[in-house]
Amino acid sequence: MTKPILRIDGISKRFGGVQALRDVSFDVFPGDVLGIIGPNGSGKTTIVNCITGFIKPTSGRVFFKGRDITGRPPHKIADMGVTRTFQVMRPYYSLPAYKNLVIPLFSPRAKRTGGWRGGGNLGNRQTIAIDILEDIGFERDSYIPFKKTSTLPTGYLKRLELARCLALKPEIIICDEIFSGLSMSEIASMVPLIERLQDEGITIIMIEHRLRELFQVANRVMVLNFGEKLIEGNPVEVMADKQVKEAYFGSEEVEEVMTYA
Amino acid sequence: MSTQESRKERIDRGIKVRSDGLYALMSWRELSYLTLPRFILIAGMLSLPFLVPGMYWQRVISIVCIYAILALSFDFLAHYVGLVSLGGAFFIGTGGYIAGILNSYFSIPPFLTVPLAAIIGGAFCTLLLLPCLPLKGVYFAIVTLMYPLFMARIIEAFDIFGGTDGLIGIDSFASSFAEQYFVICMVLIFLFGLRRFVTTDRGLIFTAIMDNDQAVKASGINITRYKALAVFIASSMGCMAGACLTHIYMWSGISQFALDFSILPIAATVIGGSGSLVGPILGCLILVPVSELLRDFGTLRIVFYSLILVGFILFKSGGIMEFGQRKYEQFERWTQI
Repeated sequence: MTKPILRIDGISKRFGGVQALRDVSFDVFPGDVLGIIGPNGSGKTTIVNCITGFIKPTSGRVFFKGRDITGRPPHKIADMGVTRTFQVMRPYYSLPAYKNLVIPLFSPRAKRTGGWRGGGNLGNRQTIAIDILEDIGFERDSYIPFKKTSTLPTGYLKRLELARCLALKPEIIICDEIFSGLSMSEIASMVPLIERLQDEGITIIMIEHRLRELFQVANRVMVLNFGEKLIEGNPVEVMADKQVKEAYFGSEEVEEVMTYA
Repeated sequence: MSTQESRKERIDRGIKVRSDGLYALMSWRELSYLTLPRFILIAGMLSLPFLVPGMYWQRVISIVCIYAILALSFDFLAHYVGLVSLGGAFFIGTGGYIAGILNSYFSIPPFLTVPLAAIIGGAFCTLLLLPCLPLKGVYFAIVTLMYPLFMARIIEAFDIFGGTDGLIGIDSFASSFAEQYFVICMVLIFLFGLRRFVTTDRGLIFTAIMDNDQAVKASGINITRYKALAVFIASSMGCMAGACLTHIYMWSGISQFALDFSILPIAATVIGGSGSLVGPILGCLILVPVSELLRDFGTLRIVFYSLILVGFILFKSGGIMEFGQRKYEQFERWTQI
């Protein structure tokens, strides 16, 4: 059996009186596309924040390639290759789109790895930035990469979030609701992109509400409810589970009441 | 019933468009359109010592430049790094005292104390501000406001460095021309240096930290290091200005920690145009002489001063620079709608 690239071991997080996560454990294996689903407020984003160091878990450990990374600062964790996108996009609005990528290309990790597809030499960061944008679906030879980020539509901003991760030449990308707020056609063009990244050997964790598209790419799915792990397995068996149905659609008794009413 | 039938339309001047990018090199007219404003600023600053009459106003030039360096450092920190600093007095006082100590205790000449004060003072200020670097905006401002008060009380209470009398008998610059040209050149070097620096790829990281520090963290960059670097740049500028002030007055004392040094640069930045780096210097060129002229009115000075500020904030909140630049680059006309 292969070793997990990321092991989450009994993570709990408490915000004052709210238990956001309770003893959640799971493993992520190299090449996985793991989907994390669950109703609103079930602690999906909190898990991402705990893994990437943006918040410290109350208890529990996170291991990356066997090394304990719990509670390390976010930039150190990103430096190891565990990158994330934000649910609410966080581009640098005052810069043009391509200059958004100059920033991650300045990081120590990009210097070591040479950036996305890079070998050794970073050379001109602005040209590399434009190459990455083209790779991620910004039209070649168009003016879009040069537009001010605040004028870009959501679809491009979501891609920009992904591009920021790619600039670091990541080993893991954690996508926090990358499909949300996109039109059907935008999602349709995003799915092959995710598949391609998986083919290139990047491990992906996706937090998603769009189940149909998620199941196209994910090979494993984990369900969270009220901060607890309900079930983990392949998409078909997870969706057949009674507990999951209850968490998403309410319990069957309620349904019966609804039919009588 | 009055509906508006026409509106003002702003259009870029032809010459502005023509002198965009490489095409500017095609003709002298376009070249001069680009270089003239910069040239006027440089030539104007350099000829100031010849233009103003009398010893008194010559001294005012040096003070203008010292405030200009402070305002420049405030503008850089506030609008390119996102740290609102009220630490002007802290920087001036630290630089001033370091220069004073080096000169009076170790008799190091002014041309060495000034750069030394900039480096040592910059490191000292950065070290003291290091714990509050994770703070943002107004919280950072509060801490930086605390330090000058804190330093002044320490010097007073422990009676060190001359106590309340300050350090006296410090060497002055070789001549008043040397003094004025030194500070004027420093302003120009810092201005064009910073303007170049903030547009380089590395300078963009500061803008990114201001825009969105979480995303910079997620990009694997240690933002505390970059913030510390920015604070070091700004505080060494302030400390250098403080060292110059000490040598100009041949004295360094507690009043160098006075809050004027924190507040006036901010007022100058508001009047001149924030975020433009040139604006703060224009603001100082206006505000400092005005406050000297208003000296005759005694305490009423503050009233006039406040009126100017309120007027600018209400009617020209972008500052002189924004207004001037718009007039230079665009023309306006009324169009029917």
